[in-house]
Amino acid sequence: MRLRKFEFSSPSSLAEALELMEKHGAGAKLMAGGTDLLVQMKSKTTTPPLVISLLKIPKLSEISPDGKGCKIGALAKHARIGDAPILQERWGILASAARKVGSPQIRNWGTVGGNLCNASPAADTAPPLLVLEAEVILVGRRGERRLPLESFFVGPGVTALTQDEILKEILIPEAPGPSAWAYLKLGRRKSLDLALSSVAVWLTADPHTKVCCRARMALGAVAPTPMRAKETEKFLEGKVLEERVILEAGAKAAMECNPISDIRASAEYRREMVNVLVQRAIKKSLGEAIPPTGI
Amino acid sequence: MRYPVALTVNGELYELEVPGHRTLLDLIREDLGLTGTKQGCGNGECGACTVLLDGDPVNACLVLALQADGKSVTTIEGLSKGGKLDAIQEAFIAKGAIQCGFCTPGMVLSVKALLDRNPHPGQSEIREALTGNFCRCTGYQKIVEAVDSLIHHS
Repeated sequence: MRLRKFEFSSPSSLAEALELMEKHGAGAKLMAGGTDLLVQMKSKTTTPPLVISLLKIPKLSEISPDGKGCKIGALAKHARIGDAPILQERWGILASAARKVGSPQIRNWGTVGGNLCNASPAADTAPPLLVLEAEVILVGRRGERRLPLESFFVGPGVTALTQDEILKEILIPEAPGPSAWAYLKLGRRKSLDLALSSVAVWLTADPHTKVCCRARMALGAVAPTPMRAKETEKFLEGKVLEERVILEAGAKAAMECNPISDIRASAEYRREMVNVLVQRAIKKSLGEAIPPTGI
Repeated sequence: MRYPVALTVNGELYELEVPGHRTLLDLIREDLGLTGTKQGCGNGECGACTVLLDGDPVNACLVLALQADGKSVTTIEGLSKGGKLDAIQEAFIAKGAIQCGFCTPGMVLSVKALLDRNPHPGQSEIREALTGNFCRCTGYQKIVEAVDSLIHHS
């Protein structure tokens, strides 16, 4: 569990960090909290000769209103996202998911930017940010670019970041009217485990007719990247959210995902759990009681 | 190469020079000789190395010493004052909330962070605050009872 030796740099601005990255290329690794990176470095999965810590760069951890949306600095810690009033009130699904990351200790040190850049298919903050249709701002030597979070994830551990770019912030657009949401995470235990399947739903329904006019759904740990369940979304839109529809939505999402078997669960089990969790998440978002499975 | 780091540990300022790969846990145990903080899994899963960083519990094994520059650290040694144990430590003793004792420093610090933030937590909040600390003797019930006894006495 020892770390190999490495050089360390703690730049005080993004410009300085970008300069270091250009100079050192693939030998440099960015560190936010480091709760994922240090585990990988201890297991020698990654052995960077240089670690560039982003913690001394000011303003990278702010959570602030952005027009009618919200701007979250990449270095915002999970604990701060979990208890930020603006997120709890308007984008509760993200605050709720942030409170399910790892343990209190991990949430106090791990950051949302680190969670996204680590690009685990099981990242807890990814499904809620996908249903919220968040965008990410990447900054490089030649300026900034903005892309939907969905295209940020490329594969397990792989993102759209080029070698000389830094994830600076996450933008959440305005919430579309009164919406119902749920994030369900199923792990082998309730804390300190990655999801074996997770589901985020964000639904808008006509209060009188109960017809679902807008559905957003994302799944975690059941594909090479966190994924939107777009076919299931399309299926739900225009329908009354009744038992028969919810049952079919679960089956559709289970078909739509693409899980693998690993140490946590078999592909078949994951698929079946997507079916169950999608049904429960829709019911939970509608205020119905669901069994205490998942967290 | 060694780099300068300045941090406050249990109220005392330390200025040291450490290599990049030094963890906060190693700084505390090896450089400062404060061995109350334990190394367990080394991967942020067991919570034996829990310390308070600016008041919040973190796994010292997953924090680089250099990342703690300018911050304030509380270890288990920082809780007793003038040879007198902290009320949380007294409650753990009174309720027998210790078996082998290896998880105890981390448990006590997680409880301290909880009570500093919320002096009257409910059962579920107590349990939630301890989710990052493993007791391999599985003495959880007594630990929760110790915390409970503090709430009802204050």
